[in-house]
Amino acid sequence: MNNLELQKQANEVRKGIVTAVHSAKAGHPGGSLSAADIFTYLYFEEMNIDPADPDKEDRDRFVLSKGHTAPGLYSALAHRGFFPVEDLTTLRKLGSYLQGHPCIHIPGVDMSSGSLGQGISAAVGMALGAKLSGKDFRVYTLLGDGEIQEGQVWEAAMFAAHRKLDNLVVIVDNNNLQIDGAISDVCSPYPIDKKFEAFNFHVINVDAHDFDALRAAFAEARATKGQPTCIVAKSVKGKGVSFMENNVAWHGTAPNDEQYAQAMADLEKIGEELEKAGDK
Amino acid sequence: MADVKKIATRESYGNALKDLAEEFPNLVVLDADLAAATKTGIFKKAYPDRHIDCGIAECNMMGIAAGLSLTGKIPFVSSFAMFAAGRAYEQVRNSIGYPHLNVKIGATHAGITVGEDGATHQCNEDLALMRTIPGMVVMCPADDVEARAAVRAALEYEGPVYIRFGRAAVPVINDKPDYKFEIGKGTVVREGKDVTIIATGICVDSALGAAEKLAADGIDAEVVSICTIKPLDEELVIASAKKTGKVVTVEEHSVIGGLGSAVCDCLSEKLPTPVKKLGMKDVFGESGSAGALVAKYGLDAEGVYKSVKEFI
Repeated sequence: MNNLELQKQANEVRKGIVTAVHSAKAGHPGGSLSAADIFTYLYFEEMNIDPADPDKEDRDRFVLSKGHTAPGLYSALAHRGFFPVEDLTTLRKLGSYLQGHPCIHIPGVDMSSGSLGQGISAAVGMALGAKLSGKDFRVYTLLGDGEIQEGQVWEAAMFAAHRKLDNLVVIVDNNNLQIDGAISDVCSPYPIDKKFEAFNFHVINVDAHDFDALRAAFAEARATKGQPTCIVAKSVKGKGVSFMENNVAWHGTAPNDEQYAQAMADLEKIGEELEKAGDK
Repeated sequence: MADVKKIATRESYGNALKDLAEEFPNLVVLDADLAAATKTGIFKKAYPDRHIDCGIAECNMMGIAAGLSLTGKIPFVSSFAMFAAGRAYEQVRNSIGYPHLNVKIGATHAGITVGEDGATHQCNEDLALMRTIPGMVVMCPADDVEARAAVRAALEYEGPVYIRFGRAAVPVINDKPDYKFEIGKGTVVREGKDVTIIATGICVDSALGAAEKLAADGIDAEVVSICTIKPLDEELVIASAKKTGKVVTVEEHSVIGGLGSAVCDCLSEKLPTPVKKLGMKDVFGESGSAGALVAKYGLDAEGVYKSVKEFI
């Protein structure tokens, strides 16, 4: 996909996020929207996956360590064809397979996650499993920047670098906000890049909303041998919905009907602009 | 009793892993800097490429095991019970139990027979913690024969399994030619009619010793050995309780949440029967030799004998 196609796709993913969370009347829109471009790049460009065969053995794996942003993952999976987009409105409802946090039984979901700090360890185990079995699939995991306050993240990072897991890419969604406020105010994990460098990762800093930068970063990760890669993706929490951007209040709050209409109008407008850009 | 063969179940665990490695080529063993103590070092020596030392980071180790299982490996994860079931409880619950992954946890140094290290390392809560996780099989073998059989059964079973092993050497009980092991099945190791003593792990030996003493007093005790705490062999527990009308449970574990609780859960619903639970009575352990501690807390043959006498 070219960048314009990716941007359009990401905008559809964002609409799915807002629609799912609005329908659920609960969930985490802010961090789902900040990571929407990353989800889109992974599922529409980077990863070797097949919606018709979600469990194929040689597929690349993805673990959403920041599992509360399940609406972002589900929307990307639905738009990629793993399950019907209409099902997004069943999110978090009794009887729905779309659980509040990722569950391994959902088509395309490689690991249950949501308790922060745990997903990265599972991803490291998958990457080690590939190495031990001589398989060449790659493993991706997405962490929140607040999540890296969990000690287990650094246990996993130490192990991954020690084992030279160059088939592993750790992405940190650096939107700078966690529930209680700015990560730099609550308990600063900065400098994130220097910390992962100190843990012997190859580190790349990128703009999480720039597909050229994401393309280059994932290519660089693929070319990096002998150590795992960490992509620190500087993002905007709530990206794409004007009143949610950089506003921590939207970490775990669902829009009401009026706010939903406004959010969808914002995203429709972005979509129209992308169409116009395509016509030029 | 000098001629009785004694072996610690952690030793049986390490030997079983090594002996089963060829038959189960997907078996990998994880440890957290305790390979010498948990005896996974026996496996490591024979199969260094299949032994993964995760360093002193048990929570991460559980997650790595989860990930490995999702690539087709069968990980046996090892640490002391305190750290496997205690420290990493939430990782076991959420990263292994909830997705129901094919991960086996071999937890050694359980209970007060850890001895001199004292209360910080004597885990008397692991059976309770692991029992509460939906879909988790929980086993506590009594001797070398049962420990080896439990390791094999865990490898043949698809799903999460927790097995508790001890530090101290214990006599071999199950060396009968017709001994068969099955997950979820207990064994009547001594038939009797006056009282049922249900024991697990190292306490099976204590229960048998107590039964001998009771016999001298004219009390005919039945001794039931329960290796699988969950799923419990309810059929056997109910049948024995029906026969004797009185039940005593014995475990090197808190009386809250372990074998005693599992037996009470079963009997209170299906065959209300008086039950006396022997174990650690809501207290922490302390430093001392394994033998001295077992005696102090009334879990040796003499202690069980006295408690049964008082109860019936």
